[in-house]
Amino acid sequence: MAGRIPLVLLACGSFNPITHQHMRLFELARDHMHQTGLYRVVGGIVSPVGDNYGKQGLVASKHRLAMARLALQSSHWVSVDDWESQQADWTETVVTMRYHYDRIAAQYHNSKDPPTASDVPQLKLLCGADFMDTFKVPGLWRDDHVEEVVGYFGLVCVSRGSLQPDRAIHESDLLSRHRRRIFLVREWVHNEISATEVRRALRRGQSVKYLLPDSVIDYIREHNLYTQDSEMKNKDVKLRPLTMQTIQD
Amino acid sequence: MSSREKPVVLLACGSFNPITNMHLRMFELARDHLEDTGRYRVVKGIISPVGDSYKKKGLIEARHRLEMARLATQNSDWITVDDWESQQPEWVETAKVVRHHAELISSENNNDDVDTVRCGKRRKLEQNTIICQSSSYINTKEDTPHLNLLCGADVLESFGVPNLWKPEDIEEIVGRYGVACITRCGSDPEKFINQSDVLYKHRKNICMVREWVTNEISATHVRRALRRGQSVRYLLPDPVVRYIQEHSLYSAESEQMNADAILAPFQRYTSTN
Repeated sequence: MAGRIPLVLLACGSFNPITHQHMRLFELARDHMHQTGLYRVVGGIVSPVGDNYGKQGLVASKHRLAMARLALQSSHWVSVDDWESQQADWTETVVTMRYHYDRIAAQYHNSKDPPTASDVPQLKLLCGADFMDTFKVPGLWRDDHVEEVVGYFGLVCVSRGSLQPDRAIHESDLLSRHRRRIFLVREWVHNEISATEVRRALRRGQSVKYLLPDSVIDYIREHNLYTQDSEMKNKDVKLRPLTMQTIQD
Repeated sequence: MSSREKPVVLLACGSFNPITNMHLRMFELARDHLEDTGRYRVVKGIISPVGDSYKKKGLIEARHRLEMARLATQNSDWITVDDWESQQPEWVETAKVVRHHAELISSENNNDDVDTVRCGKRRKLEQNTIICQSSSYINTKEDTPHLNLLCGADVLESFGVPNLWKPEDIEEIVGRYGVACITRCGSDPEKFINQSDVLYKHRKNICMVREWVTNEISATHVRRALRRGQSVRYLLPDPVVRYIQEHSLYSAESEQMNADAILAPFQRYTSTN
């Protein structure tokens, strides 16, 4: 794959818990980016969100990290990073992206051979189609952040079910302007298994085997995660990004 | 510890070309559903891959399909793979496969004195409690596990395809044994049951397992992805993915297998017209 741009894919999210669906995102994105003929995917990063995000049902990040590590043990190219979850407060996606980009660039500049500009991998945000709709939620994103995440870094967005990310792009002037920086990957297999469904099944004592790796299921059992109580966590708490925006106004 | 629950064995027939996480989920969903009624205890699952003489397009050798199914179920404590069907020289009608396994289960049950290994394990999140029959307990017919065919709604709907099934076989499968049918969004098997006299007659033996979350990992899709050099990781268990890679299964060539052949049931039933 000579002459191709090296690329790292970063997925931010709750990973509450990580499922086969999440891991499929990476596989689909890598195949797609390779098939453009322009990129060579050199790494993948799973970055679970910090506990201060305040999402309902979010279990402690130490568990979410442990489960992601178990799930990705057998992966040769995707790894788990805890920087985001270790920050004192919730961290905007763009801040996480800048951190990882700077880290990756520094690695390349420190390596023995003099690197050329083309050796430094690009970093793109990997997400599902539902993520595209979050840009519309008032107060959730700052415009300049969207500009940077989409316009500067770029997105690789994997469609799911009937969600149409191209519609979300069409309906947003900001996203439309950067449509060339948004790679849409079509997931042909209709597979709506989500972490929400997994948590629901677990609460009801139903099997989740084959939806996530056995090692993650064992971990969930050992630590008795995902119960009625865990789902009630943060029930009346406002999502952190929404409270942050208000302060800045 | 309830002895009122009827023991059930779930049998899935099909190509398993290759086996996917969706096939495996079917078993899990069916077991949960049946046990949730409080009336059943699912003691075993059997995967029975079809023989090569079925002549379906793209069907690769039974030995590979069997091995992949074994690899896929090595971490399951209740789902097993059976090669009887695929070892027969000619294609075997599903009703015969069901009958074969039902007779096997029945004779196993009659031969046992005290057999703690064969007893059903009650599945719980926290612990396993083993329900055993003591030596003073006489095996009654009620203890014999009942065999149900496990399938997707597409199989039930295929009962309507001319010359694919013998009417007496359909009668035997739903009438004598029973079906656990996984439904998916968009299909309406209740409507189909209503429109078929034989299915309607035996509707009490047809258990509809609603799959609320769409999971359409089809083997066809998997084969397509493989032909195109795309990843199928996390759609099938890792050992199966590795096996496929090691043996270079599923190519454009393999998809052409049986391209000009007639599917065995059509061959058999139309020639007798």
